[in-house]
Amino acid sequence: MGAELKNYQLEQHYFRVRLGVAAIIVFALFTALAFRFSYLQLKQYEHYQTLAENNRISLVPIIPNRGLILDKNGVVLAHNFFAYTLEITPAKVSDLEQTIAEIAKLVEISSLDRKRFKRFREQSHSFESIPIRTHLNELEAAKFAVNHYRFPGVEIKSRLFRHYPLGKTASHMIGYIGRINDKDLENLEKSGDLSNYKGSDHIGKSGLEQYYESYLHGTTGFQQVEIDADGHAVRVFSSNPPIPGDNIVLSADIKMQEIAETAFGDRRGALVAINPKTGEVLSYVSQPTFDPNLFVDGIDSENWKMLNESLDKPLINRPLRGVYPPGSTFKPFVALAGLEAGKRLPPYSIQDPGFFTLPGNRHRYRDWKPSGHGTVDMQKAITVSCDTFFYGLAQELGIENLTNFVRHFGFGKRSEFDIKGEIEGLLPTPEWKKRRFKQPWYPGETVIVGIGQGYTLVTPLQLAQATAILANNGVAMRPHLVNEIQNARSGQSQIVPHKILDRVQLNPNNVEIVKRGMVDVTMPGGTAASVGANAGYSIAAKTGTAQVIGIKQNEKYNESAINERHRDHALFIAYAPADDPTIALAVIVENGGHGGSAAGPIARKVMDYYLLGKLPAEETSNNTKMATAVENAPEEALHD
Amino acid sequence: MISKLFRHLFKHIDGFLMACLFFAMFVSLFVLYSASGQSIDRISSQIVNIMVALGVLWIAANISPQKLERISLLLYVVGVMLLIAVAMFGTISHGARRWLNLGFMQIQPSELMRIAMPLMLAWYFATREGKPGALSFIIAGLLLALPVGLIMKQPDLGTSLLIASSGFYVLFLAGLSWRFLIGAAVSLMALMPVFWSMLHDYQRRRIEILFDPTQDPLGAGYHTIQAIIAIGSGGATGKGWLNGTQTQLDFLPERTTDFIFAVFSEEFGFLGNMLLLGLFSIIIMRGLMIASQAQSTFTRLLAGAITLNFFSYAFVNMGMVSGILPVVGVPLPLISYGGTSMVTLCLGFGILMSIHTHKNLVAN
Repeated sequence: MGAELKNYQLEQHYFRVRLGVAAIIVFALFTALAFRFSYLQLKQYEHYQTLAENNRISLVPIIPNRGLILDKNGVVLAHNFFAYTLEITPAKVSDLEQTIAEIAKLVEISSLDRKRFKRFREQSHSFESIPIRTHLNELEAAKFAVNHYRFPGVEIKSRLFRHYPLGKTASHMIGYIGRINDKDLENLEKSGDLSNYKGSDHIGKSGLEQYYESYLHGTTGFQQVEIDADGHAVRVFSSNPPIPGDNIVLSADIKMQEIAETAFGDRRGALVAINPKTGEVLSYVSQPTFDPNLFVDGIDSENWKMLNESLDKPLINRPLRGVYPPGSTFKPFVALAGLEAGKRLPPYSIQDPGFFTLPGNRHRYRDWKPSGHGTVDMQKAITVSCDTFFYGLAQELGIENLTNFVRHFGFGKRSEFDIKGEIEGLLPTPEWKKRRFKQPWYPGETVIVGIGQGYTLVTPLQLAQATAILANNGVAMRPHLVNEIQNARSGQSQIVPHKILDRVQLNPNNVEIVKRGMVDVTMPGGTAASVGANAGYSIAAKTGTAQVIGIKQNEKYNESAINERHRDHALFIAYAPADDPTIALAVIVENGGHGGSAAGPIARKVMDYYLLGKLPAEETSNNTKMATAVENAPEEALHD
Repeated sequence: MISKLFRHLFKHIDGFLMACLFFAMFVSLFVLYSASGQSIDRISSQIVNIMVALGVLWIAANISPQKLERISLLLYVVGVMLLIAVAMFGTISHGARRWLNLGFMQIQPSELMRIAMPLMLAWYFATREGKPGALSFIIAGLLLALPVGLIMKQPDLGTSLLIASSGFYVLFLAGLSWRFLIGAAVSLMALMPVFWSMLHDYQRRRIEILFDPTQDPLGAGYHTIQAIIAIGSGGATGKGWLNGTQTQLDFLPERTTDFIFAVFSEEFGFLGNMLLLGLFSIIIMRGLMIASQAQSTFTRLLAGAITLNFFSYAFVNMGMVSGILPVVGVPLPLISYGGTSMVTLCLGFGILMSIHTHKNLVAN
């Protein structure tokens, strides 16, 4: 009992010693806090008093210069300039209407300006300053400055504006920036970049401006400034300069882009040209285009309505988001699928009666040439675009083998392209149909996939990419528009590496057969003979026509009788020079009719410029040349 | 008759401690009124929080320490299981997995651990005969590391460190050897440069900003900079109640919760700060006194840990708001707005009072 008690007392003693040590530590740390408080509140009081009183200290973000967008040769596609804006802070103005009316007596304020102000007003806090007029000239700025004292809460500010000097050219590629909205803020917060956007009003909304936002924007600097009672900065405490955004340099030559866009005239469509060896995108056309400058300060409702409701759908990024049946441009890939599966190897040939029937079925799958093409082997089938030949081949291959093979060429999937919003297109399979329509797959549907009809849908980018992969003997390069990222300060460039996406294992002999067939397409007797005429280099190509509305059995397609927007789409794929390709392209002219005659000449102009540096001749002389070429190749006018 | 009933009803309440708590809560309502932009809603809902917390305090004070001792292990096991459940099925908000959705309500099991941890370790050491040896401390260390690790994974670095410290207090008070303590401190300091060299540049940058907010004035440092301006501009006697410009002009972030101390400091100045430090010191001294008078290993360890835990919350909050500690989400005890923290605190104080008022029973 005694020992136990002693133990207990000893234990309690030890515990009390520990408790004492803890109390000393508590006391020491609280003393440290007390010293901190005395430092802040007694010693540094004056300093912090100045900072706090009347909100005198202000942290001013300095917005970095946004990086430029340059074409291959350094032509400026997007740049910045300083301009004066007149801005109102609603919280500091007692009567907004009255103030605006007074300002309007000094500088012109249009109804569009008022509408824009009203819209921004609804979207922002009352202590944010909102532009009532942008792009004031020197005279207007001076006029207001003299009267500034009459307008508390109204300021002239010098701001950076984004400008796209080429206007409508390449607008889908370059994209545009626009005012940061709630959605953008949310994304910035998620990615942790929000503090870098303090002071920034704009962010990339589409095209390269969006994809390369993190490079183009730069790093925001800041200045700690003391402000006097009138809101003017009197003293800079510390300053951290902004780091300008990187410039991005394209692989495209804007001259070639202009040639391609002009070649479309007022027709709708798309063109994508790729260097098959590197994946560099050389042209990226979506017609019609729009003026991205309209979007920078918030597009007005009239222009928006016009663009958004136009039947021509100028806002759609066609190469990336337009889907079309590939038509006969699909045939070279079907051909390769057959050859690689050991089918239709030379000297195999068929006798074409002008139609194909499935065993036990009387339905006729018609060839575009009602009388048939006579004896047709694989190479000729490509050259003359023999439908009968490919109907049979597709049926024999089966839909799964076919789609599995062509998927390697980039169909039905995205390509890591450097514009956001790419869509997958569609390679139909029986499972897909079951999921989508809850219906079984019919054999006839496989037959028409052989000529690129049916459910199959491709984007122009995919078609160009597939052509490039074929031209490059199965090596798929990642298509990309931007080649270099240039440090705006040092001028040093970082090259965007060329990336191999896939290597399709192909037998060179099989590739050779398909390629020879495609070269013959632009020779006399081929479906695009006029495109190859007098070229001075050899072109491998394939024409295509995609039906917009179905034609019934035994009904003949009559172009002139059909409403223009229901006419077939014209497609054309090509690469050149055929023996050592440096350009592969796909052209789609919506409702253009025949691939060879509508889309082919556009491709030819682009290739002539790219390979020979030749500028297209005047439009009139060009038309007559075309006319003679068509006469030389009578077959071409009939169909692809 | 009534006074007898009254005495019976409050026989487990420690009058002195209770008076201090009331005073702190009273101050809290005043500061909150100013911080919330004079919002009566905020005040009334804080009054509800206080009422609930006082109810919890009364119940805890009336539960004898022996009963607590019996449920310590259970509470700990439930707490750990809930933490595991959080790791597996917890709801993610603000990038961390801290909450468990029970269907009818959401709970944050790390709050439970704040009390369960010292209870468990105090119970563990109470079951050891005589002076605990090295093995006991190793086992206790593991018991501590498990929930701390789970909370750290959520991730909630601030809470996990505070819970780690609450467990550490028990180890310290139970007699963890000085040699070990000093050895651990020295080797930790020695390992610091090695650890630093293993970090990525961006991780270092984050830590640098954590300790020096002025390096990122537009981002993470903004709160701290504004809070320091508020404190400093308070001066010796403060700008007066409802007159803090930093507060009233919306410069202060989280002014009713984690940064409420900046509001207090701006309006009541250095003098107010000293009084608040004094009040906190008195509460801590009272707690330590209760611990030193406690008569069983369990109660003394528990009382000591609860008191020191209160201290760490107060110190870490005031330290972070005044810019000498990194910003972790910790409220100022008894002052900040919020039900959970008020209830957890009062639960602790209730246990303290229970230990103090039941001690004669224990002796018998």
